[in-house]
Amino acid sequence: MKELRLMKGNEAVAEAAIRAGCDGYFGYPITPQSEVMEYLMYQEPHKTTGMVVLQAESEVAAINMVYGGASCGKRVMTSSSSPGISLKQEGISYIAGAELPCLIVNVVRGGPGLGTIQPAQSDYFQSTKGGGHGDYRLLVLAPASVQEMADFAGLGFELAFKYRNPVLILSDGVIGQMMEKVELQPHQPRFTKEEIKANTPWATYGKTDDRGRNIITSLDLDSHKQEKHVTHLAEKYQAMEENEVRYEEFQTEDAEYLIVAYGSSARISQKAVDIARAKGIKVGLLRPITLFPFPKKPLAKLATQVKGILSVEMSLGQMVEDVKLAVECKIKVEHFGRYGGIIPTPDEVVAALEQKIIGG
Amino acid sequence: MSEITKEQIRQPENLVYTKTKLLTDKALSYCPGCGHGTAHRIVMEVIEELNAQSETIGIAPVGCSVLAYEFMNIDMQQAAHGRAPALATAVKRLMPEKLVFTYQGDGDLAAIGTAETIHACNRGENITIIFINNGIYGMTGGQMAPTTLPNMKASTCPYGRDVVTMGNPLKMTELVAQLPGVRYVTRQSVHTPGNVRKTKKAIRKAFDMQKENKGLTFVEIVSNCNSGWKMTPIQSNKWMEENMFPFYPLGDIKVDGQLVK
Ligand SMILES: Cc1ncc(C[n+]2csc(CCOP(=O)(O)OP(=O)(O)O)c2C)c(N)n1
Ligand code: SF4
Repeated sequence: MKELRLMKGNEAVAEAAIRAGCDGYFGYPITPQSEVMEYLMYQEPHKTTGMVVLQAESEVAAINMVYGGASCGKRVMTSSSSPGISLKQEGISYIAGAELPCLIVNVVRGGPGLGTIQPAQSDYFQSTKGGGHGDYRLLVLAPASVQEMADFAGLGFELAFKYRNPVLILSDGVIGQMMEKVELQPHQPRFTKEEIKANTPWATYGKTDDRGRNIITSLDLDSHKQEKHVTHLAEKYQAMEENEVRYEEFQTEDAEYLIVAYGSSARISQKAVDIARAKGIKVGLLRPITLFPFPKKPLAKLATQVKGILSVEMSLGQMVEDVKLAVECKIKVEHFGRYGGIIPTPDEVVAALEQKIIGG
Repeated sequence: MSEITKEQIRQPENLVYTKTKLLTDKALSYCPGCGHGTAHRIVMEVIEELNAQSETIGIAPVGCSVLAYEFMNIDMQQAAHGRAPALATAVKRLMPEKLVFTYQGDGDLAAIGTAETIHACNRGENITIIFINNGIYGMTGGQMAPTTLPNMKASTCPYGRDVVTMGNPLKMTELVAQLPGVRYVTRQSVHTPGNVRKTKKAIRKAFDMQKENKGLTFVEIVSNCNSGWKMTPIQSNKWMEENMFPFYPLGDIKVDGQLVK
């Protein structure tokens, strides 16, 4: 039987994590995502599934707790919002370097600095291009509904373990705070000790005589070995580009123009497509679900069909650079966005499409 | 009288000392005379005594002992600078049956990792912290540490630590001893055989308490950094006795949850 609930995005990702067999959550409060930890603390999953929930002294500590837990082969996660995610970058870089699986949720708010507590999408660069130091990539999932907030918890863990790589759910204050109907997945048990040994033989769970030491580190003072390691990472990112691209197309079959938008901007843009179509403008929407790997191929294909692309983001224009790269600047690509916590209206999107793409 | 060969002497029954199997055969990367090597050895000897190799997870810091995992023959994690107590917190919470310890220098524990240290201590995490205090940043070439003594010279205080502009040395050990979650706090050294024995006993006590879920145990080892101090090993031990010990007096600070004195 389907289990349906009305939930906030923040609550949905928390509940879904418990159900996905998460072993540990480590966080620090920040608006607009504090409900994640509040929900978990209220549910007391240590009494049911045995999941550990801990309020850390800072985001720095929280992400390093994630490093410690992930090193043990456990399913561990943290969540935060933009300023807190900035603090986590050190740990994220170490986690990527040490090839540890974990789930990180960013419910983005406007920046830079303390910015605003209102929704934004201005952490795209940080999420997809690095953020911390060194050559690494996160696998980035961008939910556009409360349902996807829930679904991506399980998917996120699955991909994190598949690639031994941190997975980031890049959400925003709209998706985190709004309430929608959500269908929850059944409970999946936490890994047993035997499963950890079998699935993550590299994990630190105590050295036994039948194997050598397991060491989790991102250090290699031998540059030749370090170069080899980074090459290995690059191969992993390449495999993600080949296997994990996820996106959704909406009314693109006959489209003469295209909007590209993710997360809550995609929800707004979908409405904008309806409004524009009612006016006789043949426009479609491509919604990247994975931001890394970015849906380059479907975009390149659509670029041979449409006359121009509008990238809609709640930022000064960050994803637009990837859109331009994907279509190799063969057709016109423009950005439209509101920022600083302002959410664009569908009418504004249509107006931008008419001015910047159709008229321009 | 027949000649006794070296091989005849090197029989198991004649051995008074062997290296614990919990140290790997890799040559230590520490400067000759440095206390880190001795500290490594006794931590590993205690784990061997406890027969706890398969039960132990160690956390290496950033500092000269960043490569501790090359020498300690157990599962280990290498932490970002100062974050070892956060890693240890999660490891212990997720695997409470394991023996979990961090091994950290003074820059790691008392400067960049102050928050992680104090809060792991304050939560009373059931872990053991081994704190090597050599009053300097060894690894990066002898810069001032939070523990550098007043007027002591280091590469970033070449005229000596001026406490007015650079602050006073931080006694983290006394500080964490104030916290209820911290149950055992001691300050020891490894510069003489007698001190090595005492320190080993202290580490054993800390691990025993952890096994009994008593809360956080904290063992400071005042150590030398002959390279950073720009002294010979012998000079550095003498200097340590004359200058470090008056400021960082050896002995128990908190036992079974009670402050000593
Ligand atoms: C974030 C960060 N900042 C600075 C450094 C450089 N660094 C490496 S070791 C070290 C100091 C270590 O000193 P201490 O903890 O006293 O250990 P020791 O080397 O003396 O044993 C510093 C500053 C680093 N690796 N990471
Ligand atoms: S630099 Fe100092 S602390 Fe580091 S190994 Fe040498 S003597 Fe020891």
